[in-house]
Amino acid sequence: MSQRLASAFARGRPALVCFLTAGDGDTASNLDALVAGGADVIELGMPFTDPMADGPAIQAANIRSLAAGTTNRDVLLIANEFRERHPDVPLVLMGYANPMIRRGPEWFASEASACGVDGVICVDIPPEEDDALGPALRDAGIDLIRLATPTTDARRLPTVLEGSSGFVYYVSVAGITGLQQANTASIESAVARLKAATDLPIAVGFGVRTPEQAGAIARVADGVVVGSALVELVEHHGVHAPEHIRALTASLAEAVHAQNKEIAG
Amino acid sequence: MNSPNSFRNQPDERGHFGGYGGRYVAETLMPLILELEAAYRAAQADPSFQAEFDDLMANYVGRPSPLYFAPRLTEALGGAQIWFKRDELNHTGAHKINNCIGQILLAIRMGKKKIIAETGAGQHGVATATVCARFGLPCTIFMGATDVSRQQPNVFRMKLLGAEVIPVTSGAATLKDAMNEALRHWVANVEDTFYIIGTAAGPHPYPEMVRDFQSVIGKEARAQMLERTGRLPDLLVAAIGGGSNAIGLFHPFLDDAEVKMLGVEAAGHGLDKQHAASLAGGFPGVLHGNKTYLLQDEDGQIAEAHSISAGLDYPGIGPEHAWLKETGRVEYTAIDDNEALDAFQILCRTEGIIPALEPSHAIAAVARRAKEMDRDAIILANLCGRGDKDIFTVAEALGVEM
Repeated sequence: MSQRLASAFARGRPALVCFLTAGDGDTASNLDALVAGGADVIELGMPFTDPMADGPAIQAANIRSLAAGTTNRDVLLIANEFRERHPDVPLVLMGYANPMIRRGPEWFASEASACGVDGVICVDIPPEEDDALGPALRDAGIDLIRLATPTTDARRLPTVLEGSSGFVYYVSVAGITGLQQANTASIESAVARLKAATDLPIAVGFGVRTPEQAGAIARVADGVVVGSALVELVEHHGVHAPEHIRALTASLAEAVHAQNKEIAG
Repeated sequence: MNSPNSFRNQPDERGHFGGYGGRYVAETLMPLILELEAAYRAAQADPSFQAEFDDLMANYVGRPSPLYFAPRLTEALGGAQIWFKRDELNHTGAHKINNCIGQILLAIRMGKKKIIAETGAGQHGVATATVCARFGLPCTIFMGATDVSRQQPNVFRMKLLGAEVIPVTSGAATLKDAMNEALRHWVANVEDTFYIIGTAAGPHPYPEMVRDFQSVIGKEARAQMLERTGRLPDLLVAAIGGGSNAIGLFHPFLDDAEVKMLGVEAAGHGLDKQHAASLAGGFPGVLHGNKTYLLQDEDGQIAEAHSISAGLDYPGIGPEHAWLKETGRVEYTAIDDNEALDAFQILCRTEGIIPALEPSHAIAAVARRAKEMDRDAIILANLCGRGDKDIFTVAEALGVEM
């Protein structure tokens, strides 16, 4: 596992994972604002024309980014420059299969590795199609972070965990990003089920918008993922987004970091 | 039993047709996709499922559809004999109903309470709304807002049949975006909702399942041709958007080595301009749950397709066609909007049949090939839909005010 990711989840407190779409607004300044606000892990979205797992906020960010002319090389450049500014903050690329495999999975894995990327989340490559990307990432020393969902039952869980590393992203609702949020009780039982099956840290996301929600999840999980609420700040505030991103991140981080980690492994 | 070298024994157990197909979906959908595959295997092994399908095909859809020799078109083109499989005579006016009957029977077996589908031109939407009305299940159809405005008659048909039509405004607001939105809805309603995919694409087992339900076309055609002429055709021709009517015609003939096959993609404004020919102008990639040929740029961003036929206006193609192209078993070509419009008019005037713009592409390819073939050669084309829905589009293209 990436040393940076391992450290982020081994600080004796839950980690705050923050998502932004690359190429949407002044990405470098927005990412710096996440770090300044206290984000522990940065999730950088690769824009795609057909983001079918995403709700309206992140769909719109994808379209804005592509309309601004963002290419895969731009995304990698953003990652590379982030790594130079922040040598110790773990960086995860999130996106869809087609842009990741278009030039071959080996190309993507080696470029991402050279840019200091620690992990990759690919929404539409389930473990059954791991060959399409997984071996290339593992050879390049990049964690493949898989998703578990409310529909992932106990029988299927080992399949999902096989080949997973970095952390497990628990998608707390069967749905798309940014809309509804699961109740704390169902998240608690799901995280307990995952923890019984793996030693990897468990980060929970989908529908988390406020410090209160983030704090409640941090009581039971190793990490909390926030995406759409941050992406909306980019949409609404444009060049002034960094100050708003920093403020929201700081309040989320305070709520998340206040929870002790007695439940977490 | 198929021999190991059969072209009919794909996909493998993981849903791959050679290097194509597969199951590229979000984890939320994976358990449901696996459940669907198990339910489909059980249905295949259950004679009562096939019996109910056959009964509805005969008495509700109106099968077998006729096999028709087209004498005046044959004479006009001056070459091979031209025959049509008349799937435009099915209830609802296209081949789409064959698959919808099969999938709704499966949905009922699985205890699903709601049906969703996406549609481009509206033919699959109408067919889905039809079977939902027939079986009393609520139906939601996702349709690009652009298509909603240019396909008003089909939108009204769907509503008459009791379906809710949801205009999709994301992206270019066409078929690809409607499919994204259907997948988003499905992921949020996996427990009680069945997604009826209209073409031989999507995650495994859809391409196999749709092919199997549509293979009724080729099975009938093969038997009818043997009965009427005592031999098999020399060339099969069918239009391809996602490719369900084509694979339905081709599949039962794939191991008949003497039968050549031609799939016809939409060249739109031209292969050097905007088109919908994924095999001719695309590259392998992953979209909508399967690996296949896609119109895309060097970064893997999906391009907007264009065809005068809304039913062919899709930037991908069913994965079995991608494999059949690579193996060389099926040849693929492309016909542009103008050639399709010419063929549309030729069939109207020579045979008294108004075809849909989709099979008009196939007819244009037939016209090219017939001339180069002997007079005793036989071409069999799939007339997969009737043209009532397209008369407004054709009128506009011909500069006629309606």
